Amino acid sequence: MTDAALDPATVAPSALQRGAALARRLFRHLSFRIGFVIVALLVMVAVVGPLLHTADPTAMQMRFRFRPPSARFWMGTDALGRDILSRFVHGARLSLVIGLWVAILSGIAGTIFGVLSGYVRAIDSLVMRIMDALLAFPPILLAIGINAALGPQVHSVIIALSVSYIPRTARIVRASALVVRELDYVQAARISGASGLRIVLRHILPNSVGPLLVQLTFVFAYAILAEAALSFLGIGPPPPTPSWGNIIAEGRDYSVEAWWIMLFPGLGISLAALGMNLLGDGLRDVLDPRLKIEG
Amino acid sequence: MLRLVAVRLTHAVPVLLIIAVLAFLLMQLLPGDPAVLMAGDGASAEAIQQIRERLQLDRPLWEQLVSWVTHLLSGDLGTSLTLNQTVVSAVAERLPVSLSLAVVSIAITVPVGILLGVIAAAARDSWIDVAVMAIALLGVSVPSFWIAILSVILFSVTLGWLPSAGYVPLSDGFLPWLLALLQPAIVLALFQVGFLARMTRSAMLDVLDQDFIRTARAKGAPESRVLWKHGFRNTLIAVLTVVGYIFSLLIGGSVIVEQVFALPGVGRLVVQAVLARDYPLVQGTLLLFGFIFVLINIATDILYVVVDPRVRYD
Repeated sequence: MTDAALDPATVAPSALQRGAALARRLFRHLSFRIGFVIVALLVMVAVVGPLLHTADPTAMQMRFRFRPPSARFWMGTDALGRDILSRFVHGARLSLVIGLWVAILSGIAGTIFGVLSGYVRAIDSLVMRIMDALLAFPPILLAIGINAALGPQVHSVIIALSVSYIPRTARIVRASALVVRELDYVQAARISGASGLRIVLRHILPNSVGPLLVQLTFVFAYAILAEAALSFLGIGPPPPTPSWGNIIAEGRDYSVEAWWIMLFPGLGISLAALGMNLLGDGLRDVLDPRLKIEG
Repeated sequence: MLRLVAVRLTHAVPVLLIIAVLAFLLMQLLPGDPAVLMAGDGASAEAIQQIRERLQLDRPLWEQLVSWVTHLLSGDLGTSLTLNQTVVSAVAERLPVSLSLAVVSIAITVPVGILLGVIAAAARDSWIDVAVMAIALLGVSVPSFWIAILSVILFSVTLGWLPSAGYVPLSDGFLPWLLALLQPAIVLALFQVGFLARMTRSAMLDVLDQDFIRTARAKGAPESRVLWKHGFRNTLIAVLTVVGYIFSLLIGGSVIVEQVFALPGVGRLVVQAVLARDYPLVQGTLLLFGFIFVLINIATDILYVVVDPRVRYD
């Protein structure tokens, strides 16, 4: 993308070149590669699955109750004769959508609180005390409470989980903001008359993106697990909407005779969370080498 | 020491207060009118109004908040709407179950996690090292309730070794108590052991790189002494931090595990309370969980001084 008149070696790399270099480094990282493959596969299942496998996930066929996995029902059927594969595919879609929304919302809200707290000294202590207090409630408990307050719907699960993870994202952004605001070039920008908004947008936000992104992949994984737990407890998206958690809850009573009902969604949850965690490990090692846990 | 405890507790007061206010506000978000709920089906508007007055629900929000905080200061958390007992006694009745579960689980996690972490650091890149990493990764990826059900199928239904549900109080004997808690505690521990091992390992690797370790080896100290006395002793701060954090994770984890194993603990209580829209009970248990979390953090801070005399808070 460089201007032909300029020698490419003398100009700073374009955003595209930097992106490509980053992608190369990421794909050299083994856990990132594995995580990427797992997540990509699940995304494909969630996006393409309902188009290829068109069986209605809520259609009850009493003739076909408790069928073990077979050529016709790849993952078997449940107590109401519903096709587990089709419920699995829709559950995958729900899990990923919820995980994505929770990551986006807690990312945005965490960024706002983190920047405010890290940049506007006056409210720092108040905002962080509130975050500390929120952090004191176990996320699953906070989510149970908020979710009960909003009623059993997909969007209340998303809001409940987003609120639960805001303190974590806010802390990450605040930490970067505190470091960046003291850097010489930011001080220089301020002295040369840059507005607070400009400093936040040009300097603080770009420097927080890396650590925040790492944290958000982990939030994605937590959210998938927490949504499953909420659904399992009966406080998730309401039935008959298939979710991995409520398929397991429904299959629990038949877990010995009809093991397939709860086996596949459990594997789905584990794979999805594993994939996101591996992605996050890779991102952390590449974007934020200081946090590397490896020896 | 006493002064330290006092200072830490004073510093915690604002956070405790915010926790109390948040617990109160959170429940105000709940839809549905508790007065209608309490009065039951077909109650007259008068009866509902009476209950509303008795619960002071007709007062403005800030007045209710002030009264909630002042009652709190005298140890009164109100009365449960569904259980016909005070919140304090409902929680106190179930707290031993949850504490027992947490204690047994910690008693499994700490030695196993530390041992695995130290071995993994000593034998870097060996199969144990790889296994520790894998366990840690599975611990943050596999849903606990699913493992709990699979575990019941294997150990209770198929092998018949352990009970699948229920709680036996300590007063009925140590062994029956332990036996009832063993399976849920192991399931909970499974999710923390890898994390503790991983953190112990990285703390150990930092320490083992240092000069005094080389000196200890050079003067001929046996390797086990180098590892434990010189190495591990210096990771205690990091390990303690992680153990404190794990303890607070156990509280959240117990909500789900108590449900699967039908243990009548606080975690199960809070789920029932939410489903029954029992406001005072939810408020009270949320508050309790929040306070425990803060107290664990204070205890960790204070224990730093005990495990490492170099730490001072003056």
